[in-house]
Amino acid sequence: MDEKILSAHGLTLEEYKRIIELIGREPNEVELGIFGALWSEHCSYKSSKPFLKVFPTDAPWVIQGPGENAGVVEIDDKYAVAFKVESHNHPSYIEPFHGAATGVGGIIRDILSMGARPVCAFDSLRFGDPRNDGNRKNIKDAKPIAQGVVKGIGFYGNCIGVPTIGGEVVFDEVYAGNPLVNAFCLGILEKDKMYRARATKIGQKMVMVGSATGRDGIHGATMASAEFSEETEDKRPNVQIGDPFFGKRLIECTLEVMQKSLIEGCQDFGAAGLAGSTSEFGSKSGMGVRVYLENVPLREEGMTPYEILLSESQERMLYAVDEDKVDEVLKIAKWYGLEAAVIGETTDTKRMEVFYKGEKIADLPISAIVDDAPVYDRPRKKPEYLEETQKFDQNELPEVDLKEAIKKVLSSPTIAKKEWVYRQYDHEVGINTVVKPGSDAAVLRVKWAVKPEINSERAVAISSDGNGRWVYLNPYEGGKRVVAEAVRNIYVTGAKPLAITDCLNWGNPENPEIMWQFEQATKGMADACKKLNTPVVGGNVSLYNETVLPDKRINVYPTPVVVAVGVLDKPEDAIPSFYQQEGDVIVIIGEVDKEPIVNGSEYLKEVHGKVTGDLPPIDLDMELKLSSFIRENKKLIKSAHDVSDGGLITALLEPAFQEEKTFGLNINIETKHRPDFELFDELRSIIVISTSKNNLPKLEEEAKKIGIGFKVIGKVDNDSKLTLKVGNAEIEENMEELRKNWEKTLKELLD
Amino acid sequence: MLIKFYIKPRKGVLDPQGRAVAENLRSLGFENVKDVKVGKYIEVYVDETDREKAIEEAKEMAKKAIVNEIIEDYEFEIVED
Repeated sequence: MDEKILSAHGLTLEEYKRIIELIGREPNEVELGIFGALWSEHCSYKSSKPFLKVFPTDAPWVIQGPGENAGVVEIDDKYAVAFKVESHNHPSYIEPFHGAATGVGGIIRDILSMGARPVCAFDSLRFGDPRNDGNRKNIKDAKPIAQGVVKGIGFYGNCIGVPTIGGEVVFDEVYAGNPLVNAFCLGILEKDKMYRARATKIGQKMVMVGSATGRDGIHGATMASAEFSEETEDKRPNVQIGDPFFGKRLIECTLEVMQKSLIEGCQDFGAAGLAGSTSEFGSKSGMGVRVYLENVPLREEGMTPYEILLSESQERMLYAVDEDKVDEVLKIAKWYGLEAAVIGETTDTKRMEVFYKGEKIADLPISAIVDDAPVYDRPRKKPEYLEETQKFDQNELPEVDLKEAIKKVLSSPTIAKKEWVYRQYDHEVGINTVVKPGSDAAVLRVKWAVKPEINSERAVAISSDGNGRWVYLNPYEGGKRVVAEAVRNIYVTGAKPLAITDCLNWGNPENPEIMWQFEQATKGMADACKKLNTPVVGGNVSLYNETVLPDKRINVYPTPVVVAVGVLDKPEDAIPSFYQQEGDVIVIIGEVDKEPIVNGSEYLKEVHGKVTGDLPPIDLDMELKLSSFIRENKKLIKSAHDVSDGGLITALLEPAFQEEKTFGLNINIETKHRPDFELFDELRSIIVISTSKNNLPKLEEEAKKIGIGFKVIGKVDNDSKLTLKVGNAEIEENMEELRKNWEKTLKELLD
Repeated sequence: MLIKFYIKPRKGVLDPQGRAVAENLRSLGFENVKDVKVGKYIEVYVDETDREKAIEEAKEMAKKAIVNEIIEDYEFEIVED
């Protein structure tokens, strides 16, 4: 077999031999295409699988863990939420607008296929630093990519009527040639009405509903598993176009046939198209599938069976339907203006048999395509750069002008206000959004009027995080910290953290150093999840986020994006991130007396131009204590915001920048440490809270009881002035001036 | 000089606008409508007398601003004053 043909299918010679062994003969072209798509990294997780097994996946409230289209977690005795985050990185570099838009569409359909009404989206984004635009060779500017991606997310979400209620954006040069676009969606359902991607009977019909199939994104799955090089540019026609209005009809149709109990199982068409959906359906059901390609509604003339089987056209779903209900399903689909056809059925052969106009064109054991995909124990090696970075000693840093440093950090694109991004999103549609973008976590009511009617008293809190720099500097600790940070954002709103979903965005797994990062980080994440009792209920892995240039290879930071979900008894219980009233006392709680360390901080990067240093271990017991302290005392706490990117000073200032007004601050932090370290450390578990004078003694007593640090450091003023004392440093500045620094950056860089 | 750009969805790429127009036409009784493609027509007036230069410029304009070559095909013609 010609290696060129194999490599066009993303297969190696070894893998080809394995195929022959498994099926006992040479595969034909169609079969080769099926193997190429399903054995791709994207579908088979062949490099990552062994490491994902370390994640805890169970808790009493978990209804569905990993392995389905989304995880499902119960939020009260009647209702549950389904959620998942997924990457759409590679398509978003090639065509930012449509790449990001179809990413949103895809994740919405994942949630839908669980039988849930998709009610909100979240997006975690990484771009190159737009301040470097024009200075890169062979890599596109970051600005048009960021513009396109944000527009694309807004377009799909706004049109389909799913509010985008939060997310995060980080700008760093390592993402210039490989932006990360991780889309999250959450849906709500009655917990005993969950659907899964499987048939319940042999002989059940498989009905395909939605868009007609065209030549979109053929081999998208193999593309997502290949690093970018100049050659990839020619694979351009791969780009799919999303149609949110059509997607909306698909949502309504699918929920209607579910509501009427007309279907038994549901699966969306994602990577590897029809080949992927039907074989996974068969595999999960423990059955065979028979597919008749001539029944598939087509958009273009002259499509080959190969193309029909592997097309990744958007807005399509597969239902498992009992024969006597098929007509009704087709009728409803037609009413919604959707294409619909019976394209096959389940069998007792455990084989995938594909027919085209009476001729059998593929006949493969399903186990060979899905379960027997290769799994690689790739070589791993501790990266050399760590020796250098872990030697770093912060005490060698020169002293700097504190006021200038504060302004620099506040206005760095990663810290700056993200309004430019989220004002392009409709975050209110559906009128259930309680806490909008711009806070630690977004909060959403769990209510819907029809299909299905959902009426929970509770609310969900959602937050995403993923500091790749941390993981780069210490993969194990960084992994732990990323989980802890996402979970912390949930409990600072007063919600109980329930579970997480993650998207692991990594570089080239064939590089042993990168695989080592993967092993360490997943271990760290798993340890944090176990300790914090927030299991992983789903997610995905995106490897080969690598830019190949003539003279070098750039890998992204190992970036696990973690989206944590929690529950609040009542939406009104949510603790705001912002200060509420002048005269309130500002308190820091947690590790307030611990030595501050600026390793890996935004300060170190922006002010000193360094990405270096080791990370100390995070104390997860402290996290648990802080979590229960905040939740148990939420009535006494008027605002809470955690210290993370940008350090303590950022966490003190941001809550003062309310939408309608700017508070003044009078802060006095007694410390024996260097003031810049005290202000910019990001590695201690500290929460900034505000409370009324009256409640202060009570709170302090509770903090003592539970054993967390409690330090009153100032008060909220009305004069729009910052008076700051840290150790023996003193700063005065106009708060409006600081606010301007924080607000203007993204507008200036991206508008 | 006038440059006329004719832009249409690239072959094989989904055209949601075209699909919507086709659906609408059919619902209005034009049952023989097989497919619709919706594109763009753009006129750019330039102060230029050298035809060759205008052609080069038109290509640059298409590449940089007017056409998204990933999803669109285009043709242009030059009309001299």
